[in-house]
Amino acid sequence: MSFDGAQDGSPDFDSVRLVDASRHFGRRRALTKVSLTARAGDIVGLLGPNGAGKSTLIGLLSTIVAPTSGEVRFGNQLSRELGAALRQRIGLLAHELYVYPELSARQNLTFFAQLYGLNADAVVTPALERAGLGDRGDDDVAGFSRGMRQRLALERALLHHPRLVLFDEPFTGLDDSAVRVVSDRLRRLAGDGSIVVVATHDLDLADGLVTRVAVIREGRLIADEQASTGLRARYRSAIGGA
Amino acid sequence: MAHEAPASRLVFHMSATERGGSAGRSDLMFLRTALLVLKKDFAIEVKTLEILVTTLFFAVSCVLVFSFAFVKEGQAPPDAAAGILWIAIAFSGTLALGRTFERERYAETLRALLLAPAPRPALYVGKLLGILVLLALDALILVPLIALLFTAPLFARPLLLLLLLAGGTVGFAAVGTLFAAMLIRSRTRDVLLPILLYPITVPVIICGVRGTAALLESPPDETTAVMWLGILFALDVVFLTLALWTFEPLMTE
Amino acid sequence: MKKSFVPLAVVTALLFVIAPILIARAPYESEMLLIQKIFYFHVPSWVAMYCGLLVCAVGSIWYLFKGNRVADRYAESAAELVLLFGLNGLVSGPLWARKAWGVWWQWDAKLTSALLLWLIFVAYLLVRKYGGPGSEKLAAAVGIFGAAVSPFVYVSVNIWRTIHPKTSVVPDIVKNPAKGFAAPLLVSMLAFVLLFVLLLMVRVYLAAHQDALDELYLAHED
Repeated sequence: MSFDGAQDGSPDFDSVRLVDASRHFGRRRALTKVSLTARAGDIVGLLGPNGAGKSTLIGLLSTIVAPTSGEVRFGNQLSRELGAALRQRIGLLAHELYVYPELSARQNLTFFAQLYGLNADAVVTPALERAGLGDRGDDDVAGFSRGMRQRLALERALLHHPRLVLFDEPFTGLDDSAVRVVSDRLRRLAGDGSIVVVATHDLDLADGLVTRVAVIREGRLIADEQASTGLRARYRSAIGGA
Repeated sequence: MAHEAPASRLVFHMSATERGGSAGRSDLMFLRTALLVLKKDFAIEVKTLEILVTTLFFAVSCVLVFSFAFVKEGQAPPDAAAGILWIAIAFSGTLALGRTFERERYAETLRALLLAPAPRPALYVGKLLGILVLLALDALILVPLIALLFTAPLFARPLLLLLLLAGGTVGFAAVGTLFAAMLIRSRTRDVLLPILLYPITVPVIICGVRGTAALLESPPDETTAVMWLGILFALDVVFLTLALWTFEPLMTE
Repeated sequence: MKKSFVPLAVVTALLFVIAPILIARAPYESEMLLIQKIFYFHVPSWVAMYCGLLVCAVGSIWYLFKGNRVADRYAESAAELVLLFGLNGLVSGPLWARKAWGVWWQWDAKLTSALLLWLIFVAYLLVRKYGGPGSEKLAAAVGIFGAAVSPFVYVSVNIWRTIHPKTSVVPDIVKNPAKGFAAPLLVSMLAFVLLFVLLLMVRVYLAAHQDALDELYLAHED
């Protein structure tokens, strides 16, 4: 497990590890002693009931949330050792979408492109095309449907080609064709070497998409294994039995 | 050591056209980030002018309410003009701060900003500049209005007044931006912001009001005004330094 | 509880016994006679309050930048003591003013500055109580800013007050101490500071146990 400096000087890594990571808020245990490794090419499905701690785990991986104990390692380095440049390599898409409704799609992408040090002229238009918003680029996001916002948010999260791709419930409110698009994208990303972590409570969607399955219940990791057939049944037994 | 597949390396080295220019130097990045945030806020505001118009109107109503409270037989007590000016700035500033950060709360975009590789204090500076522009525009309307309503010679020493207003708004906004940002996830943020802000910024208000009042005397008391200005600038330095220093630890969860 | 608690408590109790004796025997101040003696209670209250302010600020810095939970306990406890001793001062001050000069509140520079600082630390406690999750950090910021602004509060309120001079109603006893004022004052100040330390120890002890309970609760299912 190594990291090498990419051409723009930011650290790169091909695995991310949680080592006995815990996070609690006062007496509320969000995550307890979770150890998990995800490597380049993996699509890790983070499954579990609502409130299990999936979002907190994603938060730890994104460096936005700090663990109250334990470590988060990128390659072999701690996030604090790698500094702000580490965030160049992380992309997060969460339920809240993180796009400004008052701005147009193009303005949103341009802003985030520039914030990540990218050449906006070169990356924004292709991203709009990929989101299927090529002709709506100059319309304000406030007027978009949920699906359109989701596609825009997806492109925003992936604009800077992150090594670690974190998706928190990306399929909510999407119709079938949109779900297919997102799933294909995730597969492509993993194929290109990204580390993909998807938190979802939709087992049918996870089935067939994910290569690894991590089940979280009440803040604990109760299963962590290669994906195989019969996901739903195995999940049920893991959740029901534990 | 396993040999890494060429594909996984290629994708993450973006082409030169895709990468922007000055990714390197950190001080440039600081300034660039701050200006990007400012530009973005400006782009949002320019579409509807919502915050500007509403806070302006609020400030004007403030002035009127205080006028009705203090004016007796058509005369305001001496120095009332100075007091009312600064109260209106403080009150409308608090509202503007709340509204500006409400925008970042709505789609959790503050999180997206914190996720970017940009230095976090630069985000603070970008937001601060936006608030300062807003307050400057407020003052642009308030000062002539108050000069008119109270027949107050506010323009006797325009440069000193400008410096006082600049120093005062920077001091107020420096603390306000920090507190508004840190309260963003708090359920009680609307009432906590004034509770935290007003006691701490009282010295700013005192300097502003007394300095402005000194300028309203006939002849304008420049020495006193400059003294207040000195205290104000020292205070601004302390507030800005502290805010830049504490912003990052406050923003991490 | 630290080993020093009991001896400290004994010393403090002794001081609180000695102090009234010294105060009773102190000479009368020329204008205010007996009423002036509230000064021996009023000023030490402020001294204790400012001690609390300092401890809160240092604890806040340490907690905010190093994540040291113990520091946070000290900061919170100190803030509560700022509330307590400040309240002492804010009540004794107007009582003194009323009896001595007939007016409850004169916007005296020292009293007004103290009121402002007291309000800042009340805000600290309000944030902790009502700020929701993560409010310890927010409060720490308030504590730090409060301490940083305190010299400016004092300077600006002082100049604000004296630039339109009314007859100064607080005689400068500290500046011109007649013989016999110093000893009771120093003893009273020491007594109050030690009381502050004692109360801080008790309160931190309580907070430490509350935190230990939380940790036990969290460790329960491990």
